[in-house]
Amino acid sequence: MKDAFGTPQTLLVLGGTSEIGLATARRLVARRARTVWLAGRPSPALDAAADGLRELGADVRTVPFDALDPSGHEELLGKVFAEGDIDMVLLAFGVLGDQAHDEARPLAAVRVAQTNYTGAVSSGLICAGALQAQGHGSLVVLSSVAGERARRANFIYGSSKAGLDTFAQGLGDALHGTGVHVMVVRPGFVRSRMTAGLVEAPLATTPDQVARAIEKGLRRRSETVWVPGVLRVVMSALRHVPRPLFRRLPV
Amino acid sequence: MPVTPADLDDDLPVPVTGWGRTAPSAALLVRPRTHEEAAAAVHHCGSRGAIARGLGRAYGDAAQNAGGAVLDMTGLDRIRTIDAEGGVVVCDAGVSLHRLMEVLLPLGWFVPVTPGTRYVTVGGAVCADIHGKNHHVSGSFSRHVLSLELLTADGEVRTVVPGTELFDATTGGMGLTGVVLSATLRLHPVRTSLMSVDTERATDLDDLMARLTTGDGRYRYSVAWIDLLARGAATGRAVLTRGEHAPLDALPPRARRRPLEFRPRQLPPVPGVVPGGLLGRASVSVFNELWYRRAPRARREQLQSIPAFFHPLDGVPHWNRVYGRGGFVQYQFVVGHGREEALREVVRRVARRQCPSFLAVLKRFGEGDPGWLSFPMPGWTLALDVPAGLPGLGPFLDGLDQVVADAGGRVYLAKDSRLRPELLAVMYPGLDRFRALRARIDPRGVFVSDLSRRLSL
Repeated sequence: MKDAFGTPQTLLVLGGTSEIGLATARRLVARRARTVWLAGRPSPALDAAADGLRELGADVRTVPFDALDPSGHEELLGKVFAEGDIDMVLLAFGVLGDQAHDEARPLAAVRVAQTNYTGAVSSGLICAGALQAQGHGSLVVLSSVAGERARRANFIYGSSKAGLDTFAQGLGDALHGTGVHVMVVRPGFVRSRMTAGLVEAPLATTPDQVARAIEKGLRRRSETVWVPGVLRVVMSALRHVPRPLFRRLPV
Repeated sequence: MPVTPADLDDDLPVPVTGWGRTAPSAALLVRPRTHEEAAAAVHHCGSRGAIARGLGRAYGDAAQNAGGAVLDMTGLDRIRTIDAEGGVVVCDAGVSLHRLMEVLLPLGWFVPVTPGTRYVTVGGAVCADIHGKNHHVSGSFSRHVLSLELLTADGEVRTVVPGTELFDATTGGMGLTGVVLSATLRLHPVRTSLMSVDTERATDLDDLMARLTTGDGRYRYSVAWIDLLARGAATGRAVLTRGEHAPLDALPPRARRRPLEFRPRQLPPVPGVVPGGLLGRASVSVFNELWYRRAPRARREQLQSIPAFFHPLDGVPHWNRVYGRGGFVQYQFVVGHGREEALREVVRRVARRQCPSFLAVLKRFGEGDPGWLSFPMPGWTLALDVPAGLPGLGPFLDGLDQVVADAGGRVYLAKDSRLRPELLAVMYPGLDRFRALRARIDPRGVFVSDLSRRLSL
């Protein structure tokens, strides 16, 4: 069960090698979390992530999960929930893709969309249903500011996050009053493996900062969290910039 | 999120929270009107079990059951028999102490123990083994229970009497041994419905503890309100109010005509939506200052009504809403005599951190009662509430828990919403027996609550 501050005791991370996911798990293990499920494609990285959390004292279990195989989600996640209540699901998987490369190869672009959006729709709905049946829990969805407005530099990734974001907002409304809390997290540019080698955007943040914001959001039962918080203001201004002007902005 | 009667008609889960309004979870609310309906509700509760709920005054998650059934016991509200000569009442578990006072005071009887609110049910009082301002004299609620009717997981209704294992597991057992259906209580005789109250101020914590230690024996009721925002030399300054039921000849002539009248007044309720952060450091600090200054340095035998003396907050319905949407956490612990240093340490830490805590309450407990998970033990108990949204509050309270546990003390489960499960066995030595008895009488785990899930009770 979560405590009065929204801190979970059991945690399921979809995208078990995600840096933000692991930073969040580390933070929560330091507080109350004792059981962590890491869901991801079996790999040495997943095992290493599990070992890292075990060293902090958590009971960690890994489960094979592939965002690109939605047909397998129900059975696999069903097994996790059958083991006991999950207080928080962190939907942390996603790929950035390579915009120039993917524009030239539509199938590669589809793969980005399928991972970030389709995979999230199926696993998100399944987890939401399970949380609703247990009458409590948080579903935390990692969206992105990239989904707020299409940018020339990453609109394939951005559109997949836009879809995910809208989906998660609607899911949050659908679950309002069921004891289940859906929280959409919109980080800006996060310094991580995913963005290694890219030109850093203004207001860049780190996985640890995102994790801290998630913990705070859980405490406040927030529905939307921006990281850093000032992006809420920045993005609401940018959203209204006329397109001819927006195209010329160095964003 | 409060439970309103309209929710009860639906067959859909509704969000349920404790009085602190933190960590809501959804459950199917069932409102049995008879013992048979209660038995049927327990029988059909499904795989996520059931828990009984009274008037929802437990601060944390003791009367929540995520995904399962919550039995709203307020429908079982009959007072069955009153022995007006001997002072014994038999009543359903859903009867509130408020109702008992309305009915019993005119007959010259008072409830044996009342907490800071009248709006708790008898069933809740038994299961939390509540205490009041008279604990140093009268012990906790269970001491005055002559017998109980308990609906257990096998569907049977058992009569449970003091001195048995099931009684000791049920009193303080947070509803996890079964559903209390009715109780037989011994009452306290009174001549009037007024209190004769002595008030004095204590300038700091040591002064306060000295006054409580030397003076409590003279009073049936005793409590101190501490200003936990006061720092430095004033740390722990407090207002003591202690009293006794007023004798007939203490009443002014007009009041003597109706000495047992009981007419509590209520202010309008706090509105449903209140902005958070209203109770910040500044506002609480100003309030505490005024409240301390307003109290007389010393005043003797002032006549006060029962609501004014025992239940000042009951005058403001839904006062818990002033903490806003984020809710609040109440922290109450006890440490034994000789462990005063732990109490001082907690008070110092709270004062240093400047937690915006409204008037905290300090009381000196007398002998404990045998309930395995019963909270009181001889020593000092301090209760304070803090807005749950305060950054860093979780780790801060974890630190206090450690101080309390190291001193052999414990926190109160009826108010808990955040204890680290590992500390529970340290604080409650009777936990293993409790778990063993539950495994025996409820092997399928029918009775379950968010509290029991969170702490693996």
